[in-house]
Amino acid sequence: MTVQPIEKVAGTMAPLDRADVDTDQIIPKQFLKRIERTGYGPFLFFDWRREPDFFLNQSRFDGAAVLVAGANFGCGSSREHAPWAIRDAGFRAVIAPSFGDIFRANAFKTGILAVELSASQVQHLIDLANEEPSARLEIDVRAQEVRGEGFAYRFELDPFIKHMLVNGLDEIGLVEQHGAAIGSYEQHRPAWLPSVR
Amino acid sequence: MTPEEPGRTLAQKLWDAHVVPGGSSAEDEPDLLYVDLHLVHEVTSPQAFEGLRMAGRKVRRPDLTVATMDHNVPTRGGLRAADELSRKQMEVLRENCEREGIPLHQIGSRRQGIVHVIGPELGLTQPGMLIVCGDSHTSTHGAFGALAFGIGTSEVELVLATQCLPQRRLRDLAVTVDGDLPIGVTAKDVVLGVIAVTGTSGGVGHLVEYRGSTIRALSMEGRMTVCNMSIEWGAKAGMIAPDDTTFAYLEKRPHAPKAAAWQRALDYWRSLPTDETAAFDEEIRIDARKLTPYVTWGTNPGQVVPVTGRVPQPHSDTDARALRYMDLQPGTAIADIAIDRVFIGSCTNARLEDLRAAAAVIQGRHVHPKVRALVVPGSTSVKRAAEDEGLDLLFKSAGFEWRSAGCSMCLGMNPDILAPGERCASTSNRNFEGRQGAGGRTHLMSPPMAAAAAITGHLVDVRELV
Repeated sequence: MTVQPIEKVAGTMAPLDRADVDTDQIIPKQFLKRIERTGYGPFLFFDWRREPDFFLNQSRFDGAAVLVAGANFGCGSSREHAPWAIRDAGFRAVIAPSFGDIFRANAFKTGILAVELSASQVQHLIDLANEEPSARLEIDVRAQEVRGEGFAYRFELDPFIKHMLVNGLDEIGLVEQHGAAIGSYEQHRPAWLPSVR
Repeated sequence: MTPEEPGRTLAQKLWDAHVVPGGSSAEDEPDLLYVDLHLVHEVTSPQAFEGLRMAGRKVRRPDLTVATMDHNVPTRGGLRAADELSRKQMEVLRENCEREGIPLHQIGSRRQGIVHVIGPELGLTQPGMLIVCGDSHTSTHGAFGALAFGIGTSEVELVLATQCLPQRRLRDLAVTVDGDLPIGVTAKDVVLGVIAVTGTSGGVGHLVEYRGSTIRALSMEGRMTVCNMSIEWGAKAGMIAPDDTTFAYLEKRPHAPKAAAWQRALDYWRSLPTDETAAFDEEIRIDARKLTPYVTWGTNPGQVVPVTGRVPQPHSDTDARALRYMDLQPGTAIADIAIDRVFIGSCTNARLEDLRAAAAVIQGRHVHPKVRALVVPGSTSVKRAAEDEGLDLLFKSAGFEWRSAGCSMCLGMNPDILAPGERCASTSNRNFEGRQGAGGRTHLMSPPMAAAAAITGHLVDVRELV
């Protein structure tokens, strides 16, 4: 499997000033019946899109690369369809004060940066996006910085995830390199552990 | 362990036992953990199998992988009510399992059921194991003293291919609940009471151990209910140390160790509980005597109040939005909220004990004429056992619909959904907007509370009925 390296994401923002955005909102269940990995973009925030002033219905946010949202973004289910839908709708990153653990892991595996900034920094970005939708951000993975005109915010990033992102590594291939160690662990598993057969 | 050596928590012991030595080469690489059991269902697996096939990979350990159909199965029996996409998804799982040699408990088979109900039933869930599944409620299995957590589809593919997962160590959090539970207060109320304290994200980045005399006194079913909802406050996993209650549940189950292996396993399992000298990073203490039956009023599980309480004043935009969505006014007594539907089911509360507890409330009474009430057993085995003791007749004669096993109206991927604006008393785990059907309104509660609501037609303190 080939994975595209990601060193930088640049573009405009779309603000979603809500906390605890759960994966049921990001992509409702009726769209989890598909067996493909792509094509989820039109269903992103499917129910919230019915609100006329929802950001996806405002043309000034068209083409945004970065979704900026409230705390605990992506809480709830393990559905990787959530970052798939975000990616398919054209986003390359989500910035929030915090994320659900499973969503964050899924996002990085989908090639979506899940970037944590402080609540006040996120609020600044949300205000900026609302006041000036053409304002551009650059997220620099190597430098671990979110930069815009007149500001640079540093963010934490797991060194392993960073290594995977900037080198475009396939995690399965990486783990397979430890095949001998895995085989040796298997030799020493206790005999009472169940088999499904 | 020498006296100077600090003890380890249950979570640390489980973690250490699953680290593959030499499984991470660089210093800042995460631990490589070995998975003992991988549970698979139809919704989060098709893209993982597809990825394997495209890369020419095979499932490394089909003997440690088991599949079931649960999320979108129809509960009226057979495949009749399944839509085309659901049928296709189930068919794809069947093909994938056949090709890879993975046992499948498919729809119509006697062991089919919700993935988190059948694992324990079959004795596949055991203390000391590392269990994963492409489903956030995998934390349920932690009730046995296992490390169990939900993963995404890419991770499902990774585990299928390698049986391993690179993972960073997390912080240890103890939730200590002590004291006798008051009458009418269940395991569901314990975990809702925890979430009332922590909010929906208090557990993020943590492995949680539930402990204390209240937890020790819970049955395995009750412990599963508590661990199940760990993800609802953001925890990566929830777990409870194994003890005689655990061992009694497990012994003689189909996949439990037998004879000499049972003795050896037992010796190991008894070494798992947290050492007295071990330290947690954080601890939350709850006095069980202060817990009451809880009901959620909003659109996340942290928006919860005692059933004797009132809809609160909004403290945030999230609260205000939830009030609008739920069509509720602050100050309204919870008991004044009328309902349209009742759902007794889900991986949280659809085991035999849950159905018995709901049935006990009925006592010859009938479902309110304005209410439509559904009972969906968690597995085909639970359904059979309930029917053996006549619970199906009891529910049916009281006006409940008695269905076949599946996730059903917990997430409404099958035809069991709320209509827009309908209000439901539900024993499930999530009250998110639209969770049970677009525009539907969900109030989470225990099985006895849901049964009581079915009878009275409004949210009600079950203690007034028994």
